[in-house]
Amino acid sequence: MSNSNMNLKLKVWRQQNAKDEGHFEDYTVQASPDMSFLEMFDVLNEQLITEGKNPVAFDHDCREGICGMCSMVINGRPHGPKQGVTTCQLHMRSFSDGDTIVVEPWRSNAFPVIRDLSVNRSAFDRIIASGGYVSVNTGNAVDANATLIPKETADEAFEAATCIGCGACVSACKNASAMLFVGAKVTQLSLLPQGQAEASKRVVAMVNQMDAEGFGACTNTGACSAECPKQIPLSVIATLNREYIKAKLKGY
Amino acid sequence: MSKNIKLDSKIPAGELSQKWTQYRSSVPLVNPANKRNLEIIVVGTGLAGSSAAATLAEMGYKVKAFCFQDSPRRAHSIAAQGGINAAKNYQNDGDSVYRLFYDTIKGGDYRAREANVHRLAEVSTSIIDQCVAQGVPFAREYGGTLSNRSFGGTQVQRTFYAAGQTGQQLLLGAYQALERQVGLGNVKMYSRHEMLDVVVVDGKARGIIARNLITGELERHFGHAVLLCTGGYGNVFYLSTNAMGSNVTAGWKAHKAGALFGNPCFTQIHPTCIPVSGHYQSKLTLMSESLRNDGRIWVPKSKDDNRHPNDIPEEDRDYYLERRYPAFGNLVPRDVASRAAKERCDAGYGVGSSKMAVYLDFRYNMINKYGRAEASRLNIENPDEATLLQLGKEVAKEQYGNLFDMYKQITDEDPYEVPMRIYPAVHYTMGGLWVDYELMTNIPGLYALGEANFSDHGANRLGASALMQGLADGYFVIPYTIGSYLSNEIRTKSIPTDSDEFAAAENKVRERLQQLLSINGTQTVESFHRRLGLIMWDKCGMSRSEEGLKQAIAEIRALRDEFWKDARVPGTMDSFNPELEKAGRVADFLELGELMCIDALERNESCGGHFREEYQTEEGEAKRDDDNYMVVSAWEYKEGNAWELHKEPLVYENIKIAQRSYK
Ligand SMILES: Cc1cc2nc3c(=O)[nH]c(=O)nc-3n(C[C@H](O)[C@H](O)[C@H](O)COP(=O)(O)OP(=O)(O)OC[C@H]3O[C@@H](n4cnc5c(N)ncnc54)[C@H](O)[C@@H]3O)c2cc1C
Ligand code: SF4
Ligand code: FES
Repeated sequence: MSNSNMNLKLKVWRQQNAKDEGHFEDYTVQASPDMSFLEMFDVLNEQLITEGKNPVAFDHDCREGICGMCSMVINGRPHGPKQGVTTCQLHMRSFSDGDTIVVEPWRSNAFPVIRDLSVNRSAFDRIIASGGYVSVNTGNAVDANATLIPKETADEAFEAATCIGCGACVSACKNASAMLFVGAKVTQLSLLPQGQAEASKRVVAMVNQMDAEGFGACTNTGACSAECPKQIPLSVIATLNREYIKAKLKGY
Repeated sequence: MSKNIKLDSKIPAGELSQKWTQYRSSVPLVNPANKRNLEIIVVGTGLAGSSAAATLAEMGYKVKAFCFQDSPRRAHSIAAQGGINAAKNYQNDGDSVYRLFYDTIKGGDYRAREANVHRLAEVSTSIIDQCVAQGVPFAREYGGTLSNRSFGGTQVQRTFYAAGQTGQQLLLGAYQALERQVGLGNVKMYSRHEMLDVVVVDGKARGIIARNLITGELERHFGHAVLLCTGGYGNVFYLSTNAMGSNVTAGWKAHKAGALFGNPCFTQIHPTCIPVSGHYQSKLTLMSESLRNDGRIWVPKSKDDNRHPNDIPEEDRDYYLERRYPAFGNLVPRDVASRAAKERCDAGYGVGSSKMAVYLDFRYNMINKYGRAEASRLNIENPDEATLLQLGKEVAKEQYGNLFDMYKQITDEDPYEVPMRIYPAVHYTMGGLWVDYELMTNIPGLYALGEANFSDHGANRLGASALMQGLADGYFVIPYTIGSYLSNEIRTKSIPTDSDEFAAAENKVRERLQQLLSINGTQTVESFHRRLGLIMWDKCGMSRSEEGLKQAIAEIRALRDEFWKDARVPGTMDSFNPELEKAGRVADFLELGELMCIDALERNESCGGHFREEYQTEEGEAKRDDDNYMVVSAWEYKEGNAWELHKEPLVYENIKIAQRSYK
């Protein structure tokens, strides 16, 4: 067990509510290399509360990289410097004693700030509600082994389905595009036989909703996939485009 | 027993395997036109809540769903790793509904209801069908069929999985079904809303008070029925594998409104978690039970063997589970595996700097099981050990990649190269709101589903059975059983939320929040939670004693007093205030903790995860007292943190009761 042996300077975005302009505040905090980034924030918050100040609001829940709740831009990068991990899985050993760390919320018009580092991502739910599902009521299913699905296809669908809906892709994109998120769901469902029946309807509805929410266009920069904690591949965007064109040609 | 409470489990008459079928064909129905006028509140959107909300909406009911996270998809179910059980017998290894039923009752150490568990086993197969139809990408074999693995406490392969992310894939399936109903206008979703009380009108649950967590506003919501699908309360221990926000508040408010709490002390301590590394630690991380398919658990045979684990030869290792339980080996149930790890560490054989850990080692199976299979598949003749290991690693990566990565993230050690160090941690709560066969609490119209109820796992839950239960409750049980109640409610008009009962409930909630904010003390809420957790872990954790429990009760009472005098809750009520949310939850844990200890103290036996030091066999196994404790302990809340015990006898007509043996 290592002791608190890192002294850090933090510049943290503070914003009262959606209307407030917001500003950076500076803090110093002591951390240990074995701490997670969020545990370092716990220490900061306990410190602030004890000093009679308001703690920093930030979203988190599972703290194991699966719920998609945590969402900090750390030194300009969504989820911080390490590839393939969420903020909650980032450990302080990725930083050095004496570092200054800048922490901001996701930035996108479609994700308004609620307070400090917390943002509203309900736009993602509305995109799923527009078509990101298979329309099958409970009780309508056939035996699970009635339809064989090649292992490779199942694996590929699974890979796309591991998206945690965190929104880092949007935050990383200069256009605030949500194509990686939408592409991941469209890819998963279009690969599987169960998703075929409504593939065209789905892709058009989801893209329309994405546009309505104010997400930007995709200019193939690839920052989304590079910053995605689940390493969702850029190819899902190609699949999305292909499915979209196919649907349009069919007159959807 | 107080006169007004009658514990009626409503178990249908008839032969065990026919009960559910008969119930379903005789339960009153609600016609489609009436369904549209009936409103149902579903609190919680984990597997239980999402599946219930989606299905009830598909059936035509008007549904309002609530969760405190920013999206229903983030419920704690998302974190479940290893898999979900179902009696499909796809592996042709002798599985059946009866065997799943039997394993679950035995695994629960004969403290669960036969009829509920049999129903669970019956509907398990439909769950897999439903999830596949939704596009859940379960793991598959090369031939295209579904793949299975083994979990503890069973000798068949009945666990379906999606790498180490089964909960995520199942929840996304249920969440998408839910969002589809949101899109169709049949469900109104309230994210970032926390239910803070249930509203009871004329003895029936008629709504809830919820706080909009963004604005801080208190809202009143009416429903003809209220479903609590609010998860487990393992976080009473502060450190657990649960998500940070998991809490007991919804269930606790229902309890204080009159709902009985069943078997509160039944807690599951999971044997394979990453050990505690420092005082700042905020949670513990599970390493899925599925790892015990291929990981072998051991400690060195001699104390203070400081060699690198890979340098310790076979003859100097103690594979203590394989030694003590040859029939089940590394796949004994969780309670047994946890106690065995504790026993070795307490005896001084633990590893790592804290000595509170054991090894979970994959090397043997990477080489001998996967390496050899791959080598023969690839026609490699006489492969050397390094080649086998390399081939085996590839397979391990496919099976457990995300878990191994997670382990490495946290510990900075590579489990492909060195054995994991693991130790037991709080994981799941078998206890919860008492419900009858229809999943209704003793308050008419108030239901509890999923981990929030006490019903199916007895004193110990088998791995991969919580996901099964959550989805069984939501997709296949409540849609039928709720008809039995709602068919009598079709004449009930919406009750206006400006009624006295709603106003009184809202006032009570507001007063409590104000009280929390006005303590204005010096210590953080977090620090109280941490202290409570230590008391619970030391005295109401893996082993319990009369003396320890009595001390714990006194300590918790004192801590609760101190909390209400000296906690500091910053900020205001009418804004986004995560510290206020936390304070409310910790305040409830400070009450629940006491009840858990009272329950553990009252249960003068050991069973499943409840291990009382005074009651053990010579070999250190749990010793039940079936004559006196083959009961569900259902506690009734009385004003001022006092409780009255009601007992529901458990009757076993289809299973021969035996001392549990995994040897
Ligand atoms: C790390 C981990 C791994 C696991 N792996 C497995 C596994 O492999 N197989 C298995 O079978 N089981 C596993 N389990 C257990 C299983 O995941 C849970 O028991 C199960 O998911 C619980 O589901 P649920 O729907 O009952 O509740 P949850 O998923 O916990 O959902 C609770 C819901 O209630 C809401 N809620 C709670 N209180 C309130 C309130 N006051 N107001 C509004 N909303 C509220 C929350 O927002 C959330 O939506 C695992 C558990 C853990 C911790
Ligand atoms: S695609 Fe990646 S970055 Fe975008 S929401 Fe999904 S997991 Fe997050
Ligand atoms: S807190 Fe769940 S992904 Fe980070």
